[in-house]
Formats: sequence, structure tokens, C-alpha cells
Amino acid sequence: MITFLQTYGTQLLMKTWQHIYISAIALALGIIVAVPLGILLTRVKKIANVVMAIASMLQTIPAMALLALMIPFFGIGAIPAIVALFIYSLLPILRNTYLGMEDVEPSLIDAAKGMGLTGWQSIIKVEVPMAAPVIMSGIRLSATYVIAWAALASYIGAGGLGDFIFNGLNLYRTDLILGGSIPVIILALIVDWLLGKLEAVVTPRTSQA
Amino acid sequence: MEHLNKTYPGGKVAVEDFNLEIEKGEFVCFIGTSGSGKTTTMRMINRMLSQTSGTIKLEGQDIGQMDPVKLRRKIGYVIQNIGLMPHMTIRDNITMVPKLLKWPQDKMNERAKEMIKLVELPEDYLDRYPSELSGGQQQRIGVVRALAANQDLVLMDEPFGALDPITREALQDLVKDLQERLGKTFVFVTHDMDEALKLSTRIVVMDGGKIMQVDTPDGILRHPANEFVENLIGKDRLIQARPSITTVGQVMLKSPIATTPGKSLTAALRLMHDKRVDSLLVTDEAGILKGMIGIEDVDYSFNSATSVDDIMKRDIFYVQSNSLIRDTVERILKRGFKNIPVVDDQHRLVGIVTRATLVDIVYDALWGDEEEDEESDNIHHGEDTTKAKANDQTGAEGGDQQ
Ligand SMILES: Nc1ncnc2c1ncn2[C@@H]1O[C@H](COP(=O)(O)OP(=O)(O)OP(=O)(O)O)[C@@H](O)[C@H]1O
Ligand SMILES: [Mg+2]
Repeated sequence: MITFLQTYGTQLLMKTWQHIYISAIALALGIIVAVPLGILLTRVKKIANVVMAIASMLQTIPAMALLALMIPFFGIGAIPAIVALFIYSLLPILRNTYLGMEDVEPSLIDAAKGMGLTGWQSIIKVEVPMAAPVIMSGIRLSATYVIAWAALASYIGAGGLGDFIFNGLNLYRTDLILGGSIPVIILALIVDWLLGKLEAVVTPRTSQA
Repeated sequence: MEHLNKTYPGGKVAVEDFNLEIEKGEFVCFIGTSGSGKTTTMRMINRMLSQTSGTIKLEGQDIGQMDPVKLRRKIGYVIQNIGLMPHMTIRDNITMVPKLLKWPQDKMNERAKEMIKLVELPEDYLDRYPSELSGGQQQRIGVVRALAANQDLVLMDEPFGALDPITREALQDLVKDLQERLGKTFVFVTHDMDEALKLSTRIVVMDGGKIMQVDTPDGILRHPANEFVENLIGKDRLIQARPSITTVGQVMLKSPIATTPGKSLTAALRLMHDKRVDSLLVTDEAGILKGMIGIEDVDYSFNSATSVDDIMKRDIFYVQSNSLIRDTVERILKRGFKNIPVVDDQHRLVGIVTRATLVDIVYDALWGDEEEDEESDNIHHGEDTTKAKANDQTGAEGGDQQ
């Protein structure tokens, strides 16, 4: 263990950083696209099913296949990996956003509209805050997925902790495999914990204490 | 509202040729069976729904031409589920519309305090969240939220349906008070006839999307337009109606025989003789009730006193013309008075209630139900007979009136 860290310490830090970097960008893009899209879908319910179906379909493409599919479009490296992970992150966020928004007490929306909030104000001031916990749990789920799938990204040369794992697999080196996978697990746990905290923060207060 | 129609997609006609003019300061209740189109009609007023045809005007302006968002900010809106925002403090809930209207912060704070005072809740409740209030308290906030931006018109859709009777009554008093004191106009949807009778200045009875009857509570009770309205009111209420909602002013004799304190006893006696009464009410020049003299007083003091002022009884029993018969009948009967002067709110003498009048009221209340078909006739008949007895202010027994 000590010797492993002595030999690969700096490399480990660098790969971890790459891993976080790829995952974070993919997740951020996912949030930026899926949350507004999910909100939009609650306004145009007719196409909601179609969009959800497409997102679910994308989710079922095997990770390796999706990554390989990126190569013709984006070559190799971090960018195709980010795009692929971004696609994966969409569905959980999209679905939770949509369901969360749909779940907001209709009488609240009615009251908001009746008081003269514009559609936009109703979304920002009432619906999103009410749906925030559900949206957040979608984001948490996506984050865990993305971090796990990011390990595969090294397959198309994106770097990250996957490099250790793939090297280990090639060289039959258990220490490298573990040295790559354990940090991935820890990373996933930490991020989930942090996002859990964030979830508590964005969950609107409904009582003083 | 003129020729208002609403057909839902799918062909359901929810409101048909609805015509109604509502005056400022009125309290109008929509009542009717479930599905009669009350909610639909109400929601067209603040353009939560748009009508299929017809126009709605607010202060002469067609609301169809107004920006719906601006319109809704001018109209208070209270729904059955209360609709307080659970993630906002009471303060923020109350000031939602003022905030939309971009009031300055201190003015909003001021208003929040004012509003919470209005519903008699402590000021520190402003920092609470809705979940920390009881249902009744929440709906109080729901009511003042609809007034916080000085809305003159408030729409309420069965706002108190889910509350227990005591809380409901307190809230009814609150809104009635707001209407009477602040001159707000209310359009109020309810299922509860007692509620409608208590609150309304006018009741709109609806069935199948059509107006069955529009009238004052009194008018509805006295002259239900058709069987549907009668059934909605219920037999019990019709029977009780007369003594329970009739005011003293409606049954009193309107031209009591009165004199002024300065008159001589001779003049008073002559008046009694001419009008064939055994007592006179005494008012000053402005018509303010001052007292009463009876024939026995005149008789007893004719030699020692000279003016009415000298012998009149000042401390007399009287009733307000707008008080309810229900509340006064018993009092009158118990005390055994024969004639009771009726005054308006400025203490001016406006009429008199005689025992003969009371007999009619009690008679109608007890026996009215056996003559159901003649119910409305009876009521008129009753008035006619009392008028015929106008000269009978005295009663034959004489003497024992005070
Ligand atoms: N969105 C809708 N689509 C189609 N039909 C509707 C819709 N809303 C109401 N209706 C129908 O229109 C009619 C009037 O409904 P409305 O809600 O105005 O009745 P209401 O008098 O308020 O009844 P309640 O006392 O039950 O609240 C009913 O027959 C109802 O089924
Ligand atoms: Mg309704």
C-alpha cells in the first residue's frame, strides 16, 4: 500500500483530478440540459413521452458501445468521453425533474397563477423550489453513474482513474486494479454524500426549527 | 357579466347565458348543486378560464382586453385548499402580490403586520411557516393574502368547506366584516345555504350552468323562484325563515303616533283621542326618541303638570329597526310590553311594534308550515293585517303598558 502510494502517488492524484474533471463537466452539462428540458416537458406534455422514450433508449446503449460510437464524431480523448457521460446523465435528471414538477400540488400552481404570477415566476418561485428535492435526487443518481462510467472513459483515451484499472487488467496487476477502482468508489461515495448535503440545502424550509 | 357561456372542450356546457351585475361592496354568493358551474363562472372573472362567448367587465372595462396577469393581481383569490406556499414564511405568503407589484420592502413589512393584526394572530407568526399553523389559521392567512395588495374584489371558492363549524363561523365573521368595514366586493362560491344566507347581500342560485334565481337572502327565502330553489333552501329554513331573518324594521308599523316634549297635556290628550290610542311616543324636533306617555299618566297628573315633558317616562324599552325579530321577539314577549318603539341607528323613532304584530309573527312561525302552499301569501297577508290594525296601537286592555 505504502509502496504503491510512493510509486504512483502523484499519478494517482492526477488521474483522480482528471476523473473528477471529466465527470463534473459531463454532469454539469447534464444538469444544464436536463433540468430545463424536464421543466419544459411539463408545459408541453404531448411530447414528454416521446422525449422520455428517447432518453431511456440512449440509456440502454451499452457504455462501451456508446464510447466507441463517439470516436467517429469526436475522435479520442476527453471530449468524446464527456459527451458520452453527458448522454448517460440525462435520463435520471430528466425523469426526476419531470416527475418532481408534475408532483407539485396543483392547488399551489393554481393559487400562484390566480395571484398573478406569470408562468415563469410560478416555475421559479413555486414549482422548482417544491420539486427541488426530487430533482436533486435525480442529480445524485446521475452523479454516481457518471463517476462509475467515467472509469471506462480511459478506453477512448480520456484518462482518469480508469487508466489504472485498464493497465492493471492488461498487466494482471491486482494492485493497479484496486488502486484505480477503490478511489472511484470513494469518489462516488464522497460526491453522493456532498450532493446529499446539497439536497438538504435546496430542500425548502417548511418550518422554523 | 353578460351572456356568459362556457363550453369545455368535449362539448360539456358548464355555464349558459349567465348575466349578472355586481355592485361595488356587494357580497355575492354562488350556490348550487355540484357541477352547476359555480367554479367555472368564478374562474372566468379572473381569467383562469376563458369564456366561450360573452363578456365580463370590471369597472366598465372588458377584462378580455386586459393583461390576465395584471388583472389577477388586482383580484384576490382564495381557494378551498388554501394554497399557501409551504416553502415561504407567513410574511412572504402575505406579501406575494405586493412583491409582484414591486412594493418597497418596508411597505411590505408594514402591510404584513397590518394584515396579521386584521386576522387577530400574533405578529411573530409572520416568521412561521404554513405547516406551523392550524388549518383555520392558515385559511385566515389565505384570506388576508387576497387583500394584501388592496384588491377591491375577492373571489373565494368554497374557502371554508374543510374547516370545523366553529372555525368556519369565525372566518365567516371575518370576511363579512371585511366586506362591511372595508367595502370590499366578494364573490363567494359555497355549498352551504346557511353560509350563503349569513354572508350574502345577494345570492345567485345556479343549476346546470344556468342562473335559477338572483336575490337577497331575504328575497330568496320569501319568494323562492322555483322548486329547485325551494329544495336547495330546504323546508326547515323556509318555515323558520320569517322570524329568523326578518328584521324588526320589516314588521313594525311605520307611522307611530308621537308628540314632542313641549306640547301641553291638553294637546297630547286631544291627539290620543283623535287617533284613538292610549299612549304617545315622545320625540324631539329631530325625531329622536325621548320617551313615552300613557293615558294613565295624563289622567293622574293632569292638574299638576302642564307639558308632556313633565310627565313622560324617559327610561323606556325600545328596539333597533335592524335587529332581528328572532333576537327580539322573546325579549319583548317576556317583558310583557304591549307597544315597543323602534328606532334607527341614530335613535330616531321610525316605527312601533305592537303585540298584534308579534302575534302574527309567532303564528306564522308555528303554523306557517301547515299552509306551505300559501307561504308567500301568508307573509303578505300578515303585513296587511298588521297595517289594518294600525289604529289599534292602544289595544283594548289599556293601562299596563310599561
Ligand atoms: N376542465 C374541465 N373539463 C371538462 N369539463 C369540466 C371541466 N371543469 C368542470 N367541468 C364540468 O363543468 C361543469 C361545471 O363545473 P364546475 O366546476 O363549475 O361546477 P361547480 O358548480 O363548481 O361544482 P362543485 O360544487 O362540485 O365545485 C361540471 O359538469 C363539470 O363536470
Ligand atoms: Mg366548484
